[in-house]
Amino acid sequence: MSEASVIHDIGYQRYTGPRLGRGAVFGSLFVHGLRTAFGFGRPAKSKIFPWLVVGIVVLVAVILAAVRAQTGIIPLTYIGFADTMSWVVILFVAIVAPELVSRDMRAGVLPLYFSRPLRAADYIGSKFAALVAAVWLVLGVPQFIMFLGAAFTTKKGMSGVWTEVGDLLPAWGYSLLWAVLFAAISLLIASLTGKRAFAAGGIVAVFLMTTPVFGVLQILPSDTAQQLAGLASPMTLISGVGMWLIPGANPDFSIGRFGAVYGIETVVLISACLLLLLARYRKVASL
Amino acid sequence: MTLIVTQALTKTYGGRVHALADLTVSVEPGVIGLVGANGAGKSTFIKIMLGLIAPTSGSVRVFDLDPTIDTDKVRARVGYMPEHDSLPPDVSAAEFVTHLGRVSGLPRTAARERASEALRHVGLYEERYRQIGGYSTGMKQRVKLAQALVHDPDLLLLDEPTNGLDPAGRDAMLALVHRIGTEFGISVVVCSHLLGEVERICDSLIAIEGGRLLRADRISAMTAASDVLAVEVSEGTDELAVALERIGLPVRREERLLLVPLESESAYDQILKAVADLDLPLHRLDQRRHRVAELFAQRETADV
Repeated sequence: MSEASVIHDIGYQRYTGPRLGRGAVFGSLFVHGLRTAFGFGRPAKSKIFPWLVVGIVVLVAVILAAVRAQTGIIPLTYIGFADTMSWVVILFVAIVAPELVSRDMRAGVLPLYFSRPLRAADYIGSKFAALVAAVWLVLGVPQFIMFLGAAFTTKKGMSGVWTEVGDLLPAWGYSLLWAVLFAAISLLIASLTGKRAFAAGGIVAVFLMTTPVFGVLQILPSDTAQQLAGLASPMTLISGVGMWLIPGANPDFSIGRFGAVYGIETVVLISACLLLLLARYRKVASL
Repeated sequence: MTLIVTQALTKTYGGRVHALADLTVSVEPGVIGLVGANGAGKSTFIKIMLGLIAPTSGSVRVFDLDPTIDTDKVRARVGYMPEHDSLPPDVSAAEFVTHLGRVSGLPRTAARERASEALRHVGLYEERYRQIGGYSTGMKQRVKLAQALVHDPDLLLLDEPTNGLDPAGRDAMLALVHRIGTEFGISVVVCSHLLGEVERICDSLIAIEGGRLLRADRISAMTAASDVLAVEVSEGTDELAVALERIGLPVRREERLLLVPLESESAYDQILKAVADLDLPLHRLDQRRHRVAELFAQRETADV
């Protein structure tokens, strides 16, 4: 063996380099959460589901773009796409939210986090931001694919492209709204249990249970009841806000003049979920 | 510099359960053993030092900082190894320790370098790229120790680091803790309910019982008395005791053991000769510092 290949024990080295503040820690937790959402740095098993969802939404977007390019028919608008994909998104958050929070709870990792200069708000804020970003990517990237299809096949030149941009940007905002509301609700449910299966079931159940309530309210004879029915379910709630903010977003469902009510409920619901999450982690962090 | 100072530290849960009562200690840097039975308040004391829970009354200062106020400053300089299982099964040790290094505020490359360093120091080499779920208990304890070391703290708080380890694993873990305290220049507080275990590696000891301080002192002050030789023969214990008394060695019986104070170098030879003369099967002859345990044993029975 040559002299150079001998391994020397150089002993313990003290660290004298920079130590970053809470902002950088938040950023690294966010990136870690986003990677976890798509199964990066994890075994192949945990990549299956998120990438199945990504595969479905991208495939649908490619088909929609192809149909439009070939026939000129628009089967789904950008916003319609987000609404149609809602069930896929629910399955996605039902898998990813427990992956982000229940797993840490189950493995008992939280004492390792909270014995470091990290606050409950940093932890849960970065997890929330990561889930929002992940859900937004699941909706926003296929919408962008649809946009590319439309922009490259438009027959109106540059003005056609600008029309498409004008349609895409509000739809991206709409997807963000989906992402924020779904992330807040699903993280809150997932934070209640360390068992991933229970958390996933709970998340799907919450979205499933509220849909029939909407259905029942919708067939009441009163116009007001029908227009307020959307408040009962998170999915229709978002459709309602979409209707209110983006005219013509969702033509098969009327909210009358109650748009602001939908907006207020969305804001209240999101804030309530986040505050409850924070309260929950304040308690967990002091254990 | 004094490392940890507490003044009448008290923690009460629900107004009735006293986890810590009127604890006043002052600890110098070094390897510190925190000894007490389960439920004596060791974990509560550690959590207060980490700023995870606030004391009901009294004060605590770590590095002359108050952990309830300057929580972040204290935590940045402290590494904590919890007692219970706290590792995710489906990531590799290298990745997990790197991640926690970044959570402690290390930049990306520094976190990666220090994670492999820390894992190497605790004795994990190639296996650090394997998933933690497949590790033995000993390896998991080492990963927990590595994550406490990754951000180069000035103080390590180890809660029962030898929990669940076999005798060889215990010895290896204790040797490692001793090395961290002496060679790495990092102060260590080791919690244990086994006094015999920590007294071997500690510079000072804090013993608590039912949240109250039993005794806090430097080991050297406690083990001022000379060492003891333990002799065990499988038969003829009484004859040997008589023989040893006859040659002038004060013998004390402890179940099947004979304890002889090691006052001179010749005591070893004298005992061996006595055993050989009587032609007895010698089981063991080892040296131990038994005094600390005896001190506490007497105090504990007196207090309870």
